[in-house]
Amino acid sequence: MKRTYLDYAAATPVRPEVNKYIQPFATNNFGNPSAIYLEGRIAKQALEHARELVAKNLNCRAHEIIFTNGGTESINLAIFGIAHAYKKFFKKPRIITSQIEHPAVLESVKKLAEEGFEIKYVSTNKFGEINLTELKKYLNSQTILVSIMYANNEIGTIQPIEKISTIIKRFRQKKYLPFFHTDACQAANYLNLDINRLGVDFMTLNGGKIYAPKASGVLYKKSSVSIDPIIFGGGQEKNLRSGTENITSWIGFAKALELAQKEKTAEIKKVKKLRDYLQKNILKIPKTILNGHLTQRLPNNLNIIIAGIEGESLILELDKAGIAASTGSACHSRNLEPSHVLKALGLSREIIHGSLRLTLGKYTTKKEVDYVIKTLPKIIQKLRNLSAIKII
Amino acid sequence: MPKKIIKTPNKSNDLVKNNIPWVYSKIVKEHFFHPKNFMNLKEEKTFKFNAYGEAGSPVCGDLMKLWLWIDSKTKKIKNCRWKTFGCGSAIASTSMLSVIITENGGMKIDKAKKIKPQDIIKRLSGLPDIKIHCSVLGDQALKNAINDYLKK
Repeated sequence: MKRTYLDYAAATPVRPEVNKYIQPFATNNFGNPSAIYLEGRIAKQALEHARELVAKNLNCRAHEIIFTNGGTESINLAIFGIAHAYKKFFKKPRIITSQIEHPAVLESVKKLAEEGFEIKYVSTNKFGEINLTELKKYLNSQTILVSIMYANNEIGTIQPIEKISTIIKRFRQKKYLPFFHTDACQAANYLNLDINRLGVDFMTLNGGKIYAPKASGVLYKKSSVSIDPIIFGGGQEKNLRSGTENITSWIGFAKALELAQKEKTAEIKKVKKLRDYLQKNILKIPKTILNGHLTQRLPNNLNIIIAGIEGESLILELDKAGIAASTGSACHSRNLEPSHVLKALGLSREIIHGSLRLTLGKYTTKKEVDYVIKTLPKIIQKLRNLSAIKII
Repeated sequence: MPKKIIKTPNKSNDLVKNNIPWVYSKIVKEHFFHPKNFMNLKEEKTFKFNAYGEAGSPVCGDLMKLWLWIDSKTKKIKNCRWKTFGCGSAIASTSMLSVIITENGGMKIDKAKKIKPQDIIKRLSGLPDIKIHCSVLGDQALKNAINDYLKK
């Protein structure tokens, strides 16, 4: 059966241009970039070229780019790297983040809370925009880090990163701290990544969401800031994350980022048109609600609540019909907890179980969207018919 | 037990073509996609029952309602209908319970009261551990329904 893939926020295919670009490095040019013989020098040159390419797209310097094995690792490096390097200077070091961050951030700061850090979670309004007044209120002389995501993975809400960095800069005046990290994993396909404009000190990117190989990522780190490593060994990547460089994936990351940033205006136009069409038609189904922000939202994201049904059942039925999608239902998660993001918006646990996330991408077609528009109401009808919750 | 032999396919594509297992067992799959004895919209007003019970809560993500027709002479469950709000294993386990209590001429209520989640899970060829606690509520709804009948 032909599949309709609408979970691009979870994983993207490696795009053909990238796949072709990296092949010689998977087979022929396999050398270890630490070696000084020819094979090593070839790998080293490719790696440094990739670093420059990433830097060009972020408008920063090449030595500010640290390659990692993905978004989670970049986030861990930023958070633990900063925390462990600076905690000794503070009595009660504080980290400020938001309630709707990715688990990579939330679980990291939770671990730091055990180590004696004070963690403050900024709340959001019902559209998922963080409360800037609250953020200002939380800033104190003990704050070493603020970590706020650029765009949310579940509801797509975009945070005003420039405004936040202005607030932080104003607070710290001539001091260094707190640093500002943003998780831009979901943003890289559609939003501006210019470091100077955003005013961030750290930024996380993930190849698996931008049509590059999985387990490739970047942490941008402002050159003036020094942090502690999280992986120890041979001292690769400026001693911050040891381990032989994952050249094939990392050069793929650089190529994919370059293409994504070059094509973003056209991509936004294309994907938004399809998303808006899908949204308009799906919200015609009775008892459905849109989650997230109406305008400040990633152009490929559609997250809705469907009253009276449970998300995992819905995903299984959609899968049978050839559609790949995602839900914030507890029954779909490893810890049996409903989506923390939807909870932060103020939604009740009961209706979060009926959430559905559809994320479109580069290869989504009108035909696929039409198929979803035709299929989804039938599945909802079937599940509502089985459901013990009455939809009036 | 003999060790399972895992063959490495020559082409990675073979990993895709070989039978991809479903999320739950084949029996769960059958009962999820083709649920037995559920309360159809059309039957809601006409279905004859003398016992009703429910279990779970929508807040937790699972709610189940059960209607039974119990023969007053034989004390056997002759017919049943259910509705479940919940995940795949919740729907399948309710469907399986409805089969267990009505098959072979119907189960006597004193026996039905003793049904445990494990009995349902066994008939489903197992469920993932994490799902057992929350999604198998059928035995509770069944006990509540039988108590409802006995009170009358």
